[in-house]
Amino acid sequence: MSVAQPIPAPAKVDNYLTHDRGFMSWAFTLDHKRIGLLYMGGVLTAFLLGGTFAVLIRTFLLTPHAWMFKDKVQAHLFYNNMFSLHGAVMVFMFIIPAVPAVLGNFVLPLMLGAKDVAFPRLNLLSLYCWFGGAIFFSYVLLGGVFHAAFGVQWPGGWGLDTGWTFYTPYSTNYASGTVPATLGAFILGFSSILTGVNFVATIHTLRARGMAWFRMPLFVWALYATSLIQILATPVLAITLLLITAERTLNVGIFDPHIGGDPVLFQHFFWFYSHPAVYIMILPAMGVISELISVHSRKHIFGYNFIALSSVALALLGFIVWGHHMFVSGQSNLANTIFSILTFSVAIPSAVKVFNWLGTLYKGSIRFTTPMLYAMGFILLFTIGGLTGLFLGALMVDIPLHDTYFVIAHFHYVAMGSMLFAFLGGMYHWFPKMFGKMYHERTGQIAAIIIFIGFNITFLPQFVAGTKGAPRRWAEYPEQYQKYHVMSTCGAYMMTTGLLIVAFNWLHGLMRGRPAPDNPWGGNSLEWHCPSPPPHDNFAVPPVADDPYNMGGWEYDKTIGGWVPRSHEISPSETAAAGRTRPVSH
Amino acid sequence: MSSASQTDLPLAAPHGDHAHGDHAHGDHDPHLAHHFDTPEQQMTSAKLGMWVFLGTEVLMFGGLFCAYSINRHNHPEVFAFAAESYLNVFWGTLNTLILISSSLTMAWGVRAAQLNQKRLLVVCLILTLLGAAGFMVIKSIEYTAKWDEHVWVGKWNQYNADYKGSEPEAPGPALNAPPTPVMTPAASPATPSDANAGQDVSMIKPRYGGPSGLAAPTAHPNESIRESSLNERVRVERYRSLSDSEQWHVSAFFSCYFLMTGLHGLHVLIGMGVITWLLIRAIKGEFSAEYFTPVDLVGLYWHLVDIIWIFLYPLLYLIH
Amino acid sequence: MKMAQSSEVPAPIADDIGPHAPEGAHAVPRRILLTVYFALLVFTAITWAVSRVDLGQGNIWIALGVAFIKATIVALYFMHLRWDSPFNGIVLIAAFFFVALFIGISLLDTRTYRPNLKPTPDSVISP
Repeated sequence: MSVAQPIPAPAKVDNYLTHDRGFMSWAFTLDHKRIGLLYMGGVLTAFLLGGTFAVLIRTFLLTPHAWMFKDKVQAHLFYNNMFSLHGAVMVFMFIIPAVPAVLGNFVLPLMLGAKDVAFPRLNLLSLYCWFGGAIFFSYVLLGGVFHAAFGVQWPGGWGLDTGWTFYTPYSTNYASGTVPATLGAFILGFSSILTGVNFVATIHTLRARGMAWFRMPLFVWALYATSLIQILATPVLAITLLLITAERTLNVGIFDPHIGGDPVLFQHFFWFYSHPAVYIMILPAMGVISELISVHSRKHIFGYNFIALSSVALALLGFIVWGHHMFVSGQSNLANTIFSILTFSVAIPSAVKVFNWLGTLYKGSIRFTTPMLYAMGFILLFTIGGLTGLFLGALMVDIPLHDTYFVIAHFHYVAMGSMLFAFLGGMYHWFPKMFGKMYHERTGQIAAIIIFIGFNITFLPQFVAGTKGAPRRWAEYPEQYQKYHVMSTCGAYMMTTGLLIVAFNWLHGLMRGRPAPDNPWGGNSLEWHCPSPPPHDNFAVPPVADDPYNMGGWEYDKTIGGWVPRSHEISPSETAAAGRTRPVSH
Repeated sequence: MSSASQTDLPLAAPHGDHAHGDHAHGDHDPHLAHHFDTPEQQMTSAKLGMWVFLGTEVLMFGGLFCAYSINRHNHPEVFAFAAESYLNVFWGTLNTLILISSSLTMAWGVRAAQLNQKRLLVVCLILTLLGAAGFMVIKSIEYTAKWDEHVWVGKWNQYNADYKGSEPEAPGPALNAPPTPVMTPAASPATPSDANAGQDVSMIKPRYGGPSGLAAPTAHPNESIRESSLNERVRVERYRSLSDSEQWHVSAFFSCYFLMTGLHGLHVLIGMGVITWLLIRAIKGEFSAEYFTPVDLVGLYWHLVDIIWIFLYPLLYLIH
Repeated sequence: MKMAQSSEVPAPIADDIGPHAPEGAHAVPRRILLTVYFALLVFTAITWAVSRVDLGQGNIWIALGVAFIKATIVALYFMHLRWDSPFNGIVLIAAFFFVALFIGISLLDTRTYRPNLKPTPDSVISP
């Protein structure tokens, strides 16, 4: 009788985090995984900044008459800066890059079975552009702070009080820090464009063998559709911002009616980008949700073709509806009507996805892991956000609702309730892959629930306030809306608490989490076929693609707390150590 | 739904598979990046990336074309007046011919690189560079003339009567006295200044210097570099034939003109820089039939610059 | 591996660029380059000539039409789209399409709201 041999521990494999050390190896890295992490640091800092502004806004609005300041002029200046910077920082520095540049950069090549993106140096340039734009925004912000504290006026302008939308003629004639802010957004736009270029080329040319277009994971489809928008829409933003700068510095006069220009032209320019931009924000998030729903209910995604094609449809349809932001800006009745009708069309692809996700959940083996909680939250909050978007798309309903809190609640439901939830869910989902550590599950679940409840307490009352006429962007408001604002602020504090718990959860996981298995969730897309964390070159041997949603080939292994390929005992890390990525028989 | 056509699969080959031809490429090729399997894959990828980038450039200029369209629609007489009075069709046409020729030499250069014709490649690149330089020389001739004729952007445009800073010149016959702005009898009860009471007006940049006369365009010290072939009297007559309100909107044309040609000129300059870099590399012999991707990509960029000018030329110069 | 060729290889009609070239690469034949060049010159002359004739609204459409033709032949032959993967051409067409969409709808809007603007009395230019 022989004693059973203990299973040898897998050899320590070099991974992308340990591959090279030192500041230079990170600052000049060409590794998409490291670039993704660098983006993560930047983007989360931006979120912290934008979130701080949001908390200040909500605290400011506790009373109808700006309790935080004695001097009303200062109070209004402060408030205008707060909401403008909150919007600009969140939109340009957080929401647009978050899922594509952080999760996309990290996961896309792994999902495709590639070693890197098509243009790694361009990827690094994108990252530098992000930081460049961030520097400009910081300049504006610090300028505002210094002006407020010391009365100093920085060269080029300080503070931003035009709203993140930079409407003319205020932004071209009067407001102060418009030039550095628009230049910052311009540079950030290039980060977005270059990422889009990179992803399109990567998806076209670096797919693994066996991965036809309709065999790609849906996250890849979503990133592809997003890249299409980034490529087609962002350049128009670039030229718009250049025009504002030219208008201010050279007095070109293209938006000045007194010398023949047209201020509404600015709005056409701005929204031609900014409406597709919101699809840049939501499409990758929807891609993440497709992954989360499928994997965490261990069920093949329902209606794959529909979800894939609806991503592209949403990207394209998003280009023909920009005028619905301009219903009360003096647009002609004909254009108003056309845009209103077209706006209803963009609801269709979104609805298609929601039904397919529900179809995926039905009869699935749902596990309420943290990512799944965020995904389910997404479905509910996106439905609410999307339906209220229809309200706003209906021309006659938008007339009274425009510039009220209804609009604010709508876009926070889709931008925060949906996109942020998807981002958080994706972060949790790929956390083990990125860092090789597991986070503490219970804490994550509790934080998710706190955030969900806090979010709804913050923004549901705003719908009601909006229908009762509460105007947005007002530092002081009529007394009757105070109760809604107070409820909102309490919800905001609750949400902040939940988010802080998430931050703590991640840090704790990074430092003290248990080692993560290669495939903690049992997914079948290619990123789960490499070790956690992945080695520098991702795959020792280029993998062959399978149906990414066919999870039948994995079985749960209690000893490592993760999933292993069925009918074979060797884990991917050992396989990697032996120079192969996949077991021979499968 | 499953692996439909194989035609769109990338040319991925596992390492060690030297199935193409009878030579060993792959790891020995210094130009092959580590994440590509074959040079073809890398070249396809690079070209696709470049085309996508060109798409973004089209969209960026497209925005300016939109501004042009709307301005021209709103001020058709102004556009006709300004284009005929201030733009020289000769220089514009010459620029077009120069750019088209430089496009030819660039395309020929790509062909030369593909056929290992190093000397021809160098010659073509030099000719392209000369064409670009010629374009910029003519552009600077045009821009200098604009400056001399007081039709620059913003406050250096004599038609921008918002600005008191219109260039004061030697006294000459007044071009036209603009109608004096008067307050209509139904003026709003509060005077505009009250609206800003209590506000920090230092942040409000004054836009209106009040009524200002249009400075008379002075006779040029150097008549031979006059941009337009029309003499001054004809120009003044045409200006007067504009409606009263349109006389104040002449700047609409020049804002479009300078933005579009300025951005285009910037792209030509960037192109010159990149072609120079290519030239240096070509002289060093870095391009061959196996590796000509940079020449190809720069060529694509240059052709797009040409295409944009192909659209700019009739829209700016040939308005009647 | 560079071929030591200093003189131009007489090119057949379908250019064969040798065994060491990346697969699928193709050099544009000289005849095509020159034909396209002369076509561009001719079209430029046409554009200029038509602009001298007053055709009202037709002028701008003809000018744009000719410009499109010129752009198309530059793209197809100088930029090699004729022999490239069709997706590259789709990118260009899509970009132009979206520009047209942008201009079209904005112009439509401007055309339809301008008549509704209160006309500026000529006696009041600045407020």
